[in-house]
Amino acid sequence: MTTTMERTSAAPARSLRSTEQIPTRRIIGVELQKMFDTRSGFWLLVGGAIVSVIATIITAFADPHLSYGAFAAAIGAPLSIILPMTGILAVTSEWSQRTGLTTFTMVPHRGRVIAAKLAATMLVGLASIAIAFSVGALGNVIGSAITGHRTVWDISIGNALTIFLADGLGMLMGFMLGVLIRSSSGAIVAYFVYALVLPAAFGALAAFQAWFRHAQGWVDFHDASTRLYDSGMGGSDWAHLAVAGLIWLMIPLAIGLFTLSRSEVK
Amino acid sequence: MRRVALHGEDQDMISIENLSKTYGGFEAVDDVTFTARAGRVTGFLGPNGAGKSTTMRIMVGLTPPTSGTALIDGRPFAELPNPGLDVGVLLDASAQHAGRTGREILALAARTIGLPRIRVEEMLHRVSLSDSEAERRVKNYSLGMRQRLGIAAALIGDPAVLILDEPANGLDPAGIRWMRDLLREYADQGGTVLLSSHLLHEIEVVADDLVVIGNGRIVASGTKEDLLAAAGTFIRTRDAAGLARALSAAGISSSVTSEGAVRTDADPEQVGLIALEARIALTELRAADGAGLEEMFLELTAEPQRDPISSEGAAA
Ligand SMILES: Nc1ncnc2c1ncn2[C@@H]1O[C@H](COP(=O)(O)OP(=O)(O)OP(=O)(O)O)[C@@H](O)[C@H]1O
Ligand SMILES: [Mg+2]
Repeated sequence: MTTTMERTSAAPARSLRSTEQIPTRRIIGVELQKMFDTRSGFWLLVGGAIVSVIATIITAFADPHLSYGAFAAAIGAPLSIILPMTGILAVTSEWSQRTGLTTFTMVPHRGRVIAAKLAATMLVGLASIAIAFSVGALGNVIGSAITGHRTVWDISIGNALTIFLADGLGMLMGFMLGVLIRSSSGAIVAYFVYALVLPAAFGALAAFQAWFRHAQGWVDFHDASTRLYDSGMGGSDWAHLAVAGLIWLMIPLAIGLFTLSRSEVK
Repeated sequence: MRRVALHGEDQDMISIENLSKTYGGFEAVDDVTFTARAGRVTGFLGPNGAGKSTTMRIMVGLTPPTSGTALIDGRPFAELPNPGLDVGVLLDASAQHAGRTGREILALAARTIGLPRIRVEEMLHRVSLSDSEAERRVKNYSLGMRQRLGIAAALIGDPAVLILDEPANGLDPAGIRWMRDLLREYADQGGTVLLSSHLLHEIEVVADDLVVIGNGRIVASGTKEDLLAAAGTFIRTRDAAGLARALSAAGISSSVTSEGAVRTDADPEQVGLIALEARIALTELRAADGAGLEEMFLELTAEPQRDPISSEGAAA
């Protein structure tokens, strides 16, 4: 079937020229850019900033017991919803918007892309929480000055770190659902089932079933990670967090990464 | 800068070997083998659903094959260190984030590949997207503008190999002409171009080599000249069924087209003699030239509702 014909062109055949692997730093940089350069990503993050400022102002005027803890809680609540959404969209937009066709062709290693997305997501998360703490501190100083109260600093360094961890886990939860479900709407719905419906169901089950009351701590990841917001995590709290995290976070993440690596991108 | 192969003559830059893809028992791509050579434009031709896009997705690692291999210059696509510099890919121009502008999309590609920002402006210029168009969000792009943007993204790394799935989709006549010249130039400069289409005429004017796929299988491949030469004879007569019968009696298979013309692989002289003996008057007798490929392609397209008038059918 193949007939040898002289090439019609005069120029010599061009051969491949790439020699250097794309550096991981660059992929992370690109993923960060992708989180900000779309309207949804942009407003999610800007919206987060606006909401935290509003929360600060409301706290300053409405809360009779001004303290740093009150500010941090007011800002932390919206953030704990926004951050998982950022984690979800970082992954799912490749499928929902079909940009994966380009992304995974330019970097044909899905593991590298997903790892870079995780790094970018966590960087955004860390930065957002740090900003939230700063806005809260500013609010605390200004708020107490305006209202004439004494400035109360009631969050320990240890508690600040567990708050970071709690928000990080929430973000990871969103990320995991994105990897597992690979559809923006599906993953967002799944997140709210996890964050709102499941805790209620667990609560009801515990109320009526005595046996479950003892088991709940080990299987209720939302409850276990919410405890991180309060100070004074005990040894059993950490054990609960580890076991529930394995069940609700690590195992599904492993399954998601495995199916993602063998799935078809189209 | 660019390394040039010393012994580049007839170099197979894309080689597909025994490639198959099964979707739950359905063979979308069935034991496909072909090559695309440097310095030539290879047309990948097939009707809708033939398996062109699936084959191309497998080539770039987006779809895992059930069996077989697809190599770019002897290597799997995923082993290319920075594929954007080596292979320009356009699979679906609509597969872009609707909320990004054209310029942002090219900037992301340039950044990933590690190219200077100036490449973005060069590419926008190359595909004739104006400054204001480049600032528009892709969801507001026309089909042709999306296609141009996709081509710009494929060309941005100045790759030696181009893999384009229906690149002429949505382009106006001037755009199709422009695209044709661009691909010709790419191949003339030693590049390898593989482009798919379901339109024979579109691909005939630009391709040097043709690979024809139908129902997941390769049904013909070779240089365009060879495929067009092996065209057979085209006959018109009032008694098409009678001629088909006479040819069949002489051991020559033929087919009757939907317009009542007869086509066969035998040469015109032989057909003329048989018609004379059978006392059938011919109104037209000629070498079928390009029409042969077209017929083959039409037959492929009509495969599911296969034309009932074959030579045997007419004889019965
Ligand atoms: N995920 C899938 N599951 C089942 N069938 C599939 C899947 N993907 C593709 N197919 C089938 O494989 C066949 C080949 O599809 P493909 O998209 O490769 O065709 P094509 O040659 O590109 O057609 P077109 O000219 O219309 O673009 C089609 O019948 C299609 O329905
Ligand atoms: Mg297709």
